[in-house]
Amino acid sequence: MNAAPNPWIDPSYVVDNWDTILSYTTQHVRLTVLAVVIGSLLALPMALVARRSRWFSGPVLGLSTLVYTIPSLAMFAFIAPFTGLSETTVLVGLVLYSLVVLVRNFLAGLQSVPADVVEAARGMGYGRGRLLLRVELPLALPSFVAGIRIATVSTVALVTVGVIVGQGGLGQLIVGGFNANFYRAPIVAGAVGCVVLALLLDAVVALVGRLATPWTRTTSRRRAGRRAATAGSAA
Amino acid sequence: MNVFGDAVLFLNDPFNWTRPGNGILVLLVQHLQISGAAVALALVVALPLGIWLGHTGRGGAFTVALSNVGRAVPTLALLTLFAVTPIGFGPEATTLALALFAVPPVLTNTYVGFRQVDRDVVEAARAMGMTGRQVTFRAELPLAVPLVMTGVRTAAVQVVATATLAALVAGGGLGRIINLGFGQQDYGQVVAGAIVVAALAVLTEAVFVVLSWVLTPGPRTLPGFLRPRRRRAAA
Repeated sequence: MNAAPNPWIDPSYVVDNWDTILSYTTQHVRLTVLAVVIGSLLALPMALVARRSRWFSGPVLGLSTLVYTIPSLAMFAFIAPFTGLSETTVLVGLVLYSLVVLVRNFLAGLQSVPADVVEAARGMGYGRGRLLLRVELPLALPSFVAGIRIATVSTVALVTVGVIVGQGGLGQLIVGGFNANFYRAPIVAGAVGCVVLALLLDAVVALVGRLATPWTRTTSRRRAGRRAATAGSAA
Repeated sequence: MNVFGDAVLFLNDPFNWTRPGNGILVLLVQHLQISGAAVALALVVALPLGIWLGHTGRGGAFTVALSNVGRAVPTLALLTLFAVTPIGFGPEATTLALALFAVPPVLTNTYVGFRQVDRDVVEAARAMGMTGRQVTFRAELPLAVPLVMTGVRTAAVQVVATATLAALVAGGGLGRIINLGFGQQDYGQVVAGAIVVAALAVLTEAVFVVLSWVLTPGPRTLPGFLRPRRRRAAA
C-alpha cells in the first residue's frame, strides 16, 4: 500500500486554508461568547429568585441536573426540529448547558456573602437595590467569575458537537478531515485550535475578573504580609 | 408538535427496535459494551492511582490540573484523533477515547475523598497498630466511598452521554439513530433517538445513585428522591 503522505501536523495546510480556519474560528468564538453572555444574563435573575425562595430553587437545581445529564447530541436533536440546521440550534443548547454551571455558581456566590456585612450595610441605611449593587454583587463577584470561567471552557468544547447541524465551528474541521479519508492535518488543526481557544478565553475572563475585583488582591497581599509578620514574631 | 408524534410512531414500531444492523436493541448493546469497557478501563487506571495519591497526599496539583485540561479538550477531537491513528476507527478507538475522559472525575474524587478523611481517624488507626495498607483499605476507603462513588457516577454518566458522539465519526452506538435521522431529514427519528439516549443517561445516573447507596457502609440514608418526608413526632 503506497498511501499519500498524511502528516499529523502540516503548516502548509494551515497556510493554504487560512480563510476557512479563520471563519470557523470566528463562528466558534461567536457561539461561545453569545452562549456565555446570554447564559449569564439569564442566570443572574434566576439565582436571585432561587436565593429568595426554596420553593423555586429546588426545581431549578433539580432541572439543571437533568439538563446536564442529557447528552449534547440529544440536546441538539431535541432543538433542531424547531430551529432547523442553524446556529440558533447550537446556541440554544449551549445556553442551556451554561445555565447549569452559572446558576449554581451565582447562587453559591450570593450565599457566600457574609451575613454580618449585609447586616452592617442595612444598618447604614442601604435599601434592597443598593445593597445588591454595591455590597452583595461585588462580594459575590469572585464566585461569579469562577462560574463563568468553567462555563466558557466547557462551552468551547461543546460547540464542536454542533457539527450535527453543520454549525460546529472548529468541529467542522475535525469531522471534515475525518470524512475526507482520514485527512489528519485539519483534525489536528481543529483539535489544537479548540484547546488554544479554551485556554485563551479562560485567560481573558480571568483577567477581566481580576481587574473587576482589585480589592481581592490588596487583601491577599495584606493577609500575606500579616502572616509574615506573625511568623516573624513567633520566631 | 408533529415531530414528537413522529418520534412516538418511530419508537412504537417493533421493527425499528429489532432490525438487524442498526435496530435500537443492537445499537443499545453496542452502546453499553463500549461504555462499560471504557468505564472499566478508566477505573483500573484511576482508582489505584487516586487511592495511592490520596493516601500519600501527593499530587494534588496534578489531579486538579488534569481535570482542568480534561474539560478543555473536546471529546469529539479525541474520538477523531484516535480513529485516525493506527488503531483505526471502530469500537477500540471509541473505548480508549471515552476511557481517557472518564479518568479525571474518578481520579479527582478519589483523591479528594481520601484527603478529606479526618486526620484523627487515620492517627487513631495507626495508633491501633494498623499497617499502611490496613489504614488505606480499612479506615480511609470506607470513609471515602461516597466521594469515590460520586466520581464513578459522574464518569459513567459522562461516558454513556459522550458515547453518542462516536456516531459522528462513523462509530456505533445509539448516536447512530440521531445521525441517520439527520441524514434522512427525518426529525421524528432524530427526536426518537434523542429520547432513547437521554433516557439511558438518566437511567445510568439513577442506577449509580442506588449503587453508591448500597456500597456506602454505615448508617444509611436513602437517596434524596426516595427519602420519605420526615414527620414531626406527635407531642
